[in-house]
Amino acid sequence: MRPFEYASPRDLSQASLLLNKTWGDSEILAGGTDLLALMKDDVVRPKRLVNIKEIKELRGINAGPSEIRIGALTTLAEIADNAAIMQNYSALAESVNEAASPQIRNLATLGGNLCQRPRCWYFRGGFGLIPKYEDGADMVEDGDNRYHAVLGNDGPAKFVSPSTIAPALIAYGAQVRISGPGSPRQIPLEKFFVIPKNESEREHDLRPNEIVTEVILPKPASTMRFGYYEVRQKKAFDWPLALAAVALDMDGNTVKSARIVMGAVAPVPWVPADAANFLAGKEIKEDTVWVAAQKSIEGSKALKHNSHKIWLAEVAVKRALLKAAGGTA
Amino acid sequence: MPEYSWPAADQRALIGKRITRVDAPAKVSGLAKYTYDVKRPGMLFGKILRSPYAHAKIVSLDTTAAEKIPGVKAVHIIQGPGSTIHWAGDEIVAIAAVDENVADDAVRAIKVKYEPLPHFVNDSQHPPADAVEQQGPLSADDLFDMLDNQVPNAQIASQVQQYGMTAKADGDTLKELKANGANDDILNAVRQATVHPDSAKKPKGNYQKTAAVVQGDPDQAFKDAEVRSEGEYGASVITHCCLESHGSISEWTDNSHLLVHMSTQNVSGIPGQMAEPLKMPAANIRVHQDHIGGGFGSKFSPDRWGIATAQISQKAVGKPVRIMLERDSELEVAGARPSAFARVKLGTKKDGTVVGWESESWGTGGPGGGGMPPLPYVFNIPNQRKQHTSIRTNIGPARAWRAPNHPQAAVITMGAMEDAAAKLQMDPLDFFLKNLDLTGARKDVYREELGIASELMGWKQKWRPRGENREGSIARGLGLSIHTWGGRGHASECDLAIHPDGSVNLKMGSQDLGTGTRTCILIVAADTLGIPVDAINLQIGDTLYPPSGGSGGSTTIGGVSSSTRRAAVDARDALFAKVAPALNAQPADLECANGTVRVKGDASRSLSWEQACSRIGAMPITAHGKNPDRSKPPDLTNSGVGGVQMAEVEVDTETGIVTVKKMVAVQDCGLIIDLKTAESQCLGALIMGISYSLFEEKIMDPISGRMLNPNMEFYRLAGLADIPELVVHMMTGKGYDERGVIGLGEPPVISPGAALANAVTNAIGIRISHIPMTPERVLATLEQKADE
Repeated sequence: MRPFEYASPRDLSQASLLLNKTWGDSEILAGGTDLLALMKDDVVRPKRLVNIKEIKELRGINAGPSEIRIGALTTLAEIADNAAIMQNYSALAESVNEAASPQIRNLATLGGNLCQRPRCWYFRGGFGLIPKYEDGADMVEDGDNRYHAVLGNDGPAKFVSPSTIAPALIAYGAQVRISGPGSPRQIPLEKFFVIPKNESEREHDLRPNEIVTEVILPKPASTMRFGYYEVRQKKAFDWPLALAAVALDMDGNTVKSARIVMGAVAPVPWVPADAANFLAGKEIKEDTVWVAAQKSIEGSKALKHNSHKIWLAEVAVKRALLKAAGGTA
Repeated sequence: MPEYSWPAADQRALIGKRITRVDAPAKVSGLAKYTYDVKRPGMLFGKILRSPYAHAKIVSLDTTAAEKIPGVKAVHIIQGPGSTIHWAGDEIVAIAAVDENVADDAVRAIKVKYEPLPHFVNDSQHPPADAVEQQGPLSADDLFDMLDNQVPNAQIASQVQQYGMTAKADGDTLKELKANGANDDILNAVRQATVHPDSAKKPKGNYQKTAAVVQGDPDQAFKDAEVRSEGEYGASVITHCCLESHGSISEWTDNSHLLVHMSTQNVSGIPGQMAEPLKMPAANIRVHQDHIGGGFGSKFSPDRWGIATAQISQKAVGKPVRIMLERDSELEVAGARPSAFARVKLGTKKDGTVVGWESESWGTGGPGGGGMPPLPYVFNIPNQRKQHTSIRTNIGPARAWRAPNHPQAAVITMGAMEDAAAKLQMDPLDFFLKNLDLTGARKDVYREELGIASELMGWKQKWRPRGENREGSIARGLGLSIHTWGGRGHASECDLAIHPDGSVNLKMGSQDLGTGTRTCILIVAADTLGIPVDAINLQIGDTLYPPSGGSGGSTTIGGVSSSTRRAAVDARDALFAKVAPALNAQPADLECANGTVRVKGDASRSLSWEQACSRIGAMPITAHGKNPDRSKPPDLTNSGVGGVQMAEVEVDTETGIVTVKKMVAVQDCGLIIDLKTAESQCLGALIMGISYSLFEEKIMDPISGRMLNPNMEFYRLAGLADIPELVVHMMTGKGYDERGVIGLGEPPVISPGAALANAVTNAIGIRISHIPMTPERVLATLEQKADE
């Protein structure tokens, strides 16, 4: 085992000071369901682990009249079992319930889910986030890329964003609060995810000494409808091939405005604005949702072995929209 | 010489009943100890440095830094400089240390310089686009490579006979070949081989074609055929993925005795395999195993890492050394089922009679090439031409996987049969029935089983022609397949003792593979002695007990039940001789039943089991049971079974996702000892079958040559939610029971791939050619249909 320091701060300011300013030197330990496996496989080699589980303010779900605040240390099981979330954010509850296995959901935290590392098999095999062969060739492009990105894959990063609950959170208009050395900041969750341009960058907007503290969801208006759909090979405990979470603000049978978020298809949760805009002023019908689905994959590019994922992304969007509109998927 | 037989149906108290396995409470409570659970005092943890390259030469190796790490107790080089590595993950150095973390650190501290060589891991094309055919004579080095790569002896011998040698083998070479595991067939072939010295410099190829095999007159048959169909079919390489990984714990109990705890299918056979490399008598090696977490054909040998535990233990002054494989190694190196693909042409008459078969098949099982599927499977089509190409790849070597080569042969043959039926616009069930004469001796069994399976599935009500059962994006379909297997009992011995206090013990070297072997041995002994199962103390899983064969080829149940029956009958008869005077009867007039020894037909002359045993005297009655080997005709066991399976699926044609709705398995296996464990065996096989048909695939990276999914998130196994209604029907009674006990481990796992592929094909209206039927394969197939 590579030696490392272990720190267990009691508050956020201590935690931030304990985190190093360079990625990889220190890592945040919460549920540990991803980090410990990465360490055992020698994929990450932190010199210090900062255990944040002693920081009380990161725990709990607070439902207010206009929003709900979910602490970063809340486990997936707690989110899925929360009455307020089940009532007002059912598509989120559905996505959380479909994530991983009961055992993992009992330990994995919300913050950890958002910050987990990609499941790209080259990354997990120790070849890096942007894996290259010894001769400099792109491992993903030349190798087996059946599970890799079909959208947002113009740059060197071609993994897919692993969080299956981020798309649902974004569909609900989630904001994420971040604590660091300065004053806390709050950004839309959509902006939290970024596509790294080189090996030394991460898949999100955090600085190395910042921590996700909570996620805030506005209470949906009564005119809002939500839908969630995962295309997954196994019925349970499997990574989806494509997924979509959608929000529709309805005026009777007509869409006032829409939000579409796709997962497992790009290095970030993918938000196809044109497809959502197209739906404004339209009724949700089979032909309309197909057009929206086609628009949602505009700009996609298949690698050698993953053209099926473009189609599956379309199907996921179509089915999520139909579910939101109350139809069957 | 007493004759042995099974009791008549009305005389069986336990045999053939539904009896819960005796070790179930230990297993569900966690009390059952697997090799993985064994913790010995002072035990050291071994770890292995493995090659990151699929094909490379080791240039240099430096273990000094590793040796200096505190806590490292022994360093053992498995393959040193100059060795050639043929697959990623191959063993190079084993290290033992006080704990796993120190051992990992030490492994990382080893410096190795490799000279990477070109590798080849692609098996999906025929002939492989970037591979070179190997023809011509073999060198001694080729033979050592083949032995090292676990190529079957018969295959090596036949290649030497076919191609000759590049040089005449001298005595030393022959001796060395023998030391490396060459059997007499190989040695004789080498001695008699033609020598072609001029071709020694040829480049080594990746694939080898067998000569075409012709039966009847295929050209004429295809000319005469009224309907011709053709297609491509195949199954990818999968791994064994034992949930308890391979491994062992070795310790020297004194200077010359070794105790090994090993996760193995072959307890009695392990000492003989360890003796040679350890240069010690097999008699001084004791092997023990209580429970095993899966083997499926991959755990017959002690393996290099098992030998290494003994060698390291010796270096570490006899301390116990444990090496259990990590999950990634388990998937990369500890077992692969060879792939098999084929292009097949089938010629039929309009009435459905099959007249001609042509196949070009290929496949790989790693560096040793692949196994050859027995084609055409089950149906002996009168006119055939077939050729097979064995592809050598740099993936971990193949091992026997439940019914070696049969599941692949079933996917190919039953797929081709279903395609022919579709072309004839016939229900495949009628088409199979029409051609049952081609199945030979078991045709009536298949006929009966097809009838029962059809009822249980509701085949006639549910079946629709291809692509005609659709509702929105959901397509439904049915498929079927039939299979066969041998399953005669292996050589097995046991000792049974009846003690004067009435207690009974039975010792046998056999393992219980998880199939219920313990339970079945107890049922046979208890039924014979007329006492309850729990009145017998059974000890198995140790070389201290009489040897019993490896659990492979579905040979265990026939072997252990035959040896047990013999021992129990002999002991019972000895007891009758002691007790007869007290009952004022002849021994031959006595019987054991319901915990008594009594005079047949006279309930008034009866002794309780304990009373009877009290007349044994001071020393227990002992009996040795021995099921003879294959040189003698079988009596209590037999060979040859037939089975039928049907599958019902739903395919989401938008996502390509296949959902299995129902599976039916109808199976014969002669006389059934325990109906419940027999049914369980079929249920387990259906589950494993669904898993390999839909999910499992060893995915190799073409460029790095490494396995991309050596984990359990992308090497998918079916989960509970993926398993539908499973219906199992065991054939019993007249026509079956009197054949004797026949093995069941392999047969029910043969047909699921074929039945499911045929069901998906029937659903979507176009042949899905390869398993696993992943969404991407199903979608690609549907796209092909749209283009047509």
